[in-house]
Amino acid sequence: MTVPQTVVRALARVVGDRWIRTAVAELEMYAADALPTKRRRPGVVVLPGDPAEVASVVRILADAGVPFVARGAGTGLSGGAIAGADAVVVVLTRLTRIIAIDPQNRSATVEVGVINDRLTAAVAAHGLHYAPDPSSQTVCTIGGNVAENAGGPHCLKYGVTTNHILALDVVLPDGSQATLGSPSGDAWGPDLVGLFVGSEGRFGIATSVTVRLTPTPTVVRTLLADFTSLSAAGECVSAIIASGIVPAALEMMDRNCIGAVEASIYAAGYPTDADAVLLVELDGRDATSVAEDAAAVRGLLEDHGARGVSEATDPAARARLWHGRKKAFGALGRISRDLVVQDTVVPRSALPEVLRAIEEIGKTFGITISNVFHAGDGNLHPNITFDAENPEEIVRVEEAAAAIMHACVRAGGTVTGEHGVGLDKTRYLPLIFDAETLGAMQAVQRVFDPWDLANPGKVLPTHGVAHWHAVDRRGAA
Amino acid sequence: MIGDRVRSLLGPDVVAGTATGGQPIVAPRDEDGVALLLRAACAHGWGVRIAGLGHWRPDDGPADVVLSTRRIDRPVRAAPEDLVATADAGLAWSAMQAALAEEGVWVGIDHPGTERSVGSVAATATTGALSSGMGRVRDHVLGLTLVTGEGRIVRAGGTVVKNVAGYDLAKLAVGSFGAFGVVTSVTFRLRAVPRADQTLQVQGRRDQLLEAALAVTEAGIIPSALELRNAARDERASWSLAVRALGRAAEVRATLEAVRQETGLPWEVVDTGAAAAFWRNWQHRAIQSPTTIRLGCVPTGLARCLDAVTRIGPDVVVSVSVASGSLRVTTDCGPEAIDRLRHTMTEIEVPVTVERGPWSTLAAAGHFGAYREGVGPLVTRLRKTFDPKSVFVVPVGAGA
Repeated sequence: MTVPQTVVRALARVVGDRWIRTAVAELEMYAADALPTKRRRPGVVVLPGDPAEVASVVRILADAGVPFVARGAGTGLSGGAIAGADAVVVVLTRLTRIIAIDPQNRSATVEVGVINDRLTAAVAAHGLHYAPDPSSQTVCTIGGNVAENAGGPHCLKYGVTTNHILALDVVLPDGSQATLGSPSGDAWGPDLVGLFVGSEGRFGIATSVTVRLTPTPTVVRTLLADFTSLSAAGECVSAIIASGIVPAALEMMDRNCIGAVEASIYAAGYPTDADAVLLVELDGRDATSVAEDAAAVRGLLEDHGARGVSEATDPAARARLWHGRKKAFGALGRISRDLVVQDTVVPRSALPEVLRAIEEIGKTFGITISNVFHAGDGNLHPNITFDAENPEEIVRVEEAAAAIMHACVRAGGTVTGEHGVGLDKTRYLPLIFDAETLGAMQAVQRVFDPWDLANPGKVLPTHGVAHWHAVDRRGAA
Repeated sequence: MIGDRVRSLLGPDVVAGTATGGQPIVAPRDEDGVALLLRAACAHGWGVRIAGLGHWRPDDGPADVVLSTRRIDRPVRAAPEDLVATADAGLAWSAMQAALAEEGVWVGIDHPGTERSVGSVAATATTGALSSGMGRVRDHVLGLTLVTGEGRIVRAGGTVVKNVAGYDLAKLAVGSFGAFGVVTSVTFRLRAVPRADQTLQVQGRRDQLLEAALAVTEAGIIPSALELRNAARDERASWSLAVRALGRAAEVRATLEAVRQETGLPWEVVDTGAAAAFWRNWQHRAIQSPTTIRLGCVPTGLARCLDAVTRIGPDVVVSVSVASGSLRVTTDCGPEAIDRLRHTMTEIEVPVTVERGPWSTLAAAGHFGAYREGVGPLVTRLRKTFDPKSVFVVPVGAGA
C-alpha cells in the first residue's frame, strides 16, 4: 500500500512543493534512525514549517486514514521514527523558533525542532541551562527528547525530561490541537503532560514545549578514577549512591570503550590499560561544600580499589573528559562498522552482578560488547559492535540483546531507561508488564488515537496484551 | 444489604464501620480484595467513594460504599542501597517515613494536613513546603498499582529510578483524586536522610517578603523550602517567610548564608528542636477550614494571585512555596467564590485545583473545574476507559 497521490497533493498545498519528499533517493534518507538493525523506506516525507502547518498536515492524514510518524533529528536509538511505505514521515526540524525565555520564572518556550544544546546556549547568559543532556545533545531536538523522555549523564541529580516539561502544545492524531499543562507545570486536570512525555509519538505530535530551566552551578569538580576490575568499579558506584552524596553525574566506561575513545579524535586521556573508568561530577553553588563532597567521593573511590584518581583542573580539561564520554558511541565505530546501543536499567546494587552477566553473554554469542553508561542511575548501555552485512552476525546480535534484556529484568530492572521502546523492544515489554497493564496502555493510546494512525506498531507488542473495551471519540464505552 | 453482600464476598470482618451517610466502610486487606469489591460494584451499579485514613476531607458525599484502603498497610518494602521503596496505600505517611528513617532514607515530600495515608498523598498529589526544592509528588513516584473501576489491576511504572518502558500511567494516577482507580501501593524514589536540617524565619510585610523570596530564586539559590505565609485570623498581623535547608552541613550553611546575603533581612534561627513542630504546624494550617485550594502560579505572578485569594473567604490561610509557585489557600468558601477565582486566574493561565472540601463544594466546583480547550474530551475518554460504569464518585470537573 502506498500514500494516495491526492494526499500528497493536499500536503504539498499546505507546505509547498519544496517541503515534500517523494523520490526514492530522498526517502532513503529517512529509512532509518540511529538503530542500525531496522530499516524501512517511508511512502512520503513532509516538512511543515510551523505548528499550524503541522496541524493541517495531520488533519489531512487523519481524514484520509494515512498513518504518520513524527521525526526530529533522527537520533533515536529504538527505531521509533521509522515508517513504512503506507505512511508519511512528518519531519519537525523546521520548527526552530525559541519563542520565549523567561529567566525570572526559569522557563523557556520553544518549538520542537530546537536542538537541545542550542536551548542551553540561548539561556546561558541568564545563568541557566536546560538540564537533560543526552549524548546526542548537539544534534537531537527538544521534540525528540519529549517523545522519548530522554535522559543524559546529568539526569542523576537533575532528573529526566519529564521532570523539566511544564507545558506542551500538541496536535492530536485527529488534527485537533490542545495545550497540556501550564506555565507553572500545574495542570487544569490530570497530569496529561506526564502521560504525553515519553509516549513516543503515539499520542500525537508536540509542536511547542515550555521547559523548566535550571540554575547553572557555579562550582564544578570532575573526578576521573580508573579501576583494574569492572566489578570493583560497579561496587564503588553502589557505595557512592549509598553514601547519600548525589553527584551531578556518575558515568562508567569499560576497557573496550576506553580503547575506542583513546584511539579516536575524541581522545580524552583515559588510561587505556584500565578495565573501567568512573567519571564523577559534583556541583553546587558553594566551593566548600562541593569540595567536601569531592573529598568524600575520592575517599570512596580509593577505598574501593581505584588505581588512580585525578581531577580536571580547569574547564578545558573537564570539557575534554566529557567530550570523550559523550562521543564514545561515535568512537566505537572504530571497532566495527555497525553498532547497536542497548539501553536497560537495573537496581544500582545489582550493577556488579549484571556487568558480569553481560560479559558472559558477549562470550557466549561471540560478539564484542562495550559498556559506557550512566552508572549512578543503574542505566546501562551495552554497545554491541557488528557487521550489518553479515546476516548470521545480526542473528547473534539479536540473541545477545535478548539475553541482556532477560538478565537485567531478572535482576529487578527494566528494558529501557531513556532510549524508548520504538520498534526494537516491543517484544520485551511482556517481560516487565502483565497483560492487564499492557491492555491499559493500549486502551490509553486508543483514547488519543482510536484509528491507530500515529506511529503505529511502536511501543506496544501485538501479543500478550489484555483486551480492554474500546472508547469511541465521544467517550462512550 | 450491601454490607451483607460485601461480607459474603470478602469475609465477615471486611466492613470496618459506617460512614456519616450510613454507607458501609469496606476495608479490604489487599489489592485483590479491592478488585473484587470493584467488580461487584460494577455488576450491581454501586457508587464507590475512596477513602484513606479519613483525615483529609470530610466523610460525606453520595455513594453506596466507602472503599477504605486503611487495612492495606503492610510494612514498607525498602531497598535503601538503591534508594527506592514500595509502600502500601493504607500505610500512614508518618509510619512510612519513620520506617524509612531507620534505614537512613526518606521520601522528600511533606504533605499538608495530619495523618495522611500514602495513597491519599499520591492520589491528591498534595505536597507542602518541600516542593520548592524537592519537586512535586509526581517527581518522587516511580510506579504504582492502580485498581480500575472494573477491578482490573494495573501495575504502572517500575521499581528502578529511570524507566521509559511503555506509557507512564503512574503520572495519570498521581493527582487525579481517584478518577482513574484506587491506588493500592506506590514505589518512591528515596533520598538519604540529611545530616543537617536548619530553618530560618523572618516576619514582615507581604510584598517585602515576597520580593525577598523572589530575589533568592532569581539568584539561583534553591533551598529545600522557601515558604511565605500569612497569619491566620488576623489580617493586620505580619506575614512570615521561612527557609529550610536540608543536606550536608557545609551545603546547608552555605545555602542559608546565601539567603541572608541576598535578602538582607533580620532572619531568626528556628531551634533545631522546635523546627519539626514548626513545619508540622505549617502543614496543619491547610486543614484549619473546610476547603483547601491550590493555585499553580509562576513566581512573578504570585503577588496578583495573593491579592485574589485573600478576598476569597473568611479567615483565609495562605501558604506559598515561592520557588515552585504553588500557592495553597484554606478557607470556608462556596463554589461561587471558587468559580470567580478560577475566572480571574484563567486570564493569567493559573490552574485552580480544589484539593479538599465538603461534598457540596466539590460537586459544584469539581476538583479541576473547566478544562482547557481540547483537554476535556481526552479526560472524559480516559475516565470511560478506566471506569466505564462510572463506579467512582469523584467530582473531577465542575458540576459533576
